[in-house]
Amino acid sequence: MRHGIRAKIGTTGIYIVCIFLALLSIFPFYIMIVNATRSTYEIQSTAISLIPSTHIIDNWGVFDGKKFDPIKGFLHSMLVSTGATILAVYFSTLTAYAVVVYDWKLKNAFFTFVMCVLMIPAQLTTIGFYKMMYSWGWVNSFAPLIIPAIAAPSMVFFMRQYMIPALSLEIVQSARIDGAGEFYIFNRIAMPIMKPAIATQAIFTFVNSWNQLFMPLILLRQDKYTMPCMVSLLNNDFYKTEYGAVYLGLFLTVLPLFVVYFALSKYIIAGVALGSVKG
Amino acid sequence: MQRKRVSYAKWGYIFAAPFMIAFLVFTLYPLITTLIYGFTNYKGMNPPPLEILDEPFKMYKTVLTDKVFLPALKNTFVIWGVNFIPQILLALVLAVWFTSTRRKIKGQGFFKVVLYMPNIITAATIAILFRALFQYPKGPVNDLLMSWGVIESAFDFSVSGTAARCIVAFIQFWQWYGYTMIVLISGILGISPELFEAAEIDGATGFQQFWYVTLPNLKSIMLFTLVTSMIGGLNMFDIPRLYLNGGPNNATKTAALYIYEQAFGNSYRYNRASAASMIMFIIIAILAALVFYMLRDKDEAKLNKIIRQQEKEYKRKMKEQKLQGGGN
Repeated sequence: MRHGIRAKIGTTGIYIVCIFLALLSIFPFYIMIVNATRSTYEIQSTAISLIPSTHIIDNWGVFDGKKFDPIKGFLHSMLVSTGATILAVYFSTLTAYAVVVYDWKLKNAFFTFVMCVLMIPAQLTTIGFYKMMYSWGWVNSFAPLIIPAIAAPSMVFFMRQYMIPALSLEIVQSARIDGAGEFYIFNRIAMPIMKPAIATQAIFTFVNSWNQLFMPLILLRQDKYTMPCMVSLLNNDFYKTEYGAVYLGLFLTVLPLFVVYFALSKYIIAGVALGSVKG
Repeated sequence: MQRKRVSYAKWGYIFAAPFMIAFLVFTLYPLITTLIYGFTNYKGMNPPPLEILDEPFKMYKTVLTDKVFLPALKNTFVIWGVNFIPQILLALVLAVWFTSTRRKIKGQGFFKVVLYMPNIITAATIAILFRALFQYPKGPVNDLLMSWGVIESAFDFSVSGTAARCIVAFIQFWQWYGYTMIVLISGILGISPELFEAAEIDGATGFQQFWYVTLPNLKSIMLFTLVTSMIGGLNMFDIPRLYLNGGPNNATKTAALYIYEQAFGNSYRYNRASAASMIMFIIIAILAALVFYMLRDKDEAKLNKIIRQQEKEYKRKMKEQKLQGGGN
């Protein structure tokens, strides 16, 4: 009996902690959304309000003729993230297929190599990368943000883990007997089987690419800015006195992510759990 | 009679080629050139023809002795540590609660979705959002603390180095503990339930179960989390850059921020930035190798060795058989 009561108190405590943490996650974004609708004057008199106001249009007007352009940033980010995601997913699956399906001399050496380079952070090679892009004339274009996605070692690793149990070599063999070519087998048989893995990896690559700041900031000029670079413009002195507009700008930059997250949260959480098992 | 078999080996090379080419061009080549630039005179808006310096390690010496790099490196470690220790502890506690069969916490789906949410939001946005939240003299956090009576008058968070560091570490913590929690939950769910049942039969308390069953079995996943978090932490850029741009007084200047400023912050010191990049590369490689070595499962390593030997044996036998078959 006593034990039961104590356990109950413990469980209540757990709920309190969880609710507190949930509020901690939501609160900053809630303030952001509410303050996006309030005027600078209102924010200055009381910084926290739970009730939205009516100044969202006025706040939007502040961006008029300024460099911060969320629509342009959205389109640029869309282009970069979509391109990078398609390349990363397709070529990683292709590479994993090469390792799983075919027997070639350097296969094991190749896979060990992939494992070793898994952790090289792209940031450390920036100077060499920038110089190369500069000499190719690729500075201020989206290509250097998209094309390197072809080589994504961690995704190759993940795809291989998924492919080994999912793709039976007998299917490949029987397709060959039916006279199918190797590319045909990969595109029409292996890719559909890999769909669940492709979907989760696609979500993460997309979000990751969308959130990149370092490379775009180095390579792009203001006319080509992606969303996170646009956000950095809100640090500008001009916005020091335009609180409402800053909150609105921040809100607009995360709006697409909120939409994606709440539509796909189930798959995203499952994907995080799945991805970690490889460790 | 043996039919001649078609060899598909060449397709392995063809399918792996795009990855290999892209990797060589976009990662390996830049890595090598970055390494080389660290020994050269490569700097300025219109850099002179590349030459190896008379004293090749001059840039490394400069970086290691200048007033900013080592403190920046220290900041990076401090900020990472202050974020990681509470992060892994909280994540561990939450993971144990959520997987507890005795307690059966409800609403887990909701909590997971909400606690993980900050992780997918652009770090750049979050940095500027927190800057706005910690605004002085009128800002949401100051208002809140004053109305609760924690402080009497508004506090300027942007002039205190300690406050700035803590806030950057807090943001990092707040963005990542949900992720770590989900990773650990999947780790705990991967532990064989029989182990827990056996512990229960033996009369182990909740804490004993955690200490003797859960924790040892989570070792490899915790190692994975540690290494990835550390590598991410050592490259920390977005939040310190946009929160206070490394300030006040370089208190939140990280190594990545230093590299960025040297090369692209109107100083065009590409050689110095390259040397700093290579120093970071070495540190990351050493730490990753060290942690893997320390925490590697010794039994597993032995087992792998045995398996490899058996595979070799098997292959040798197959070959012998084939040779004999060919002879017949």
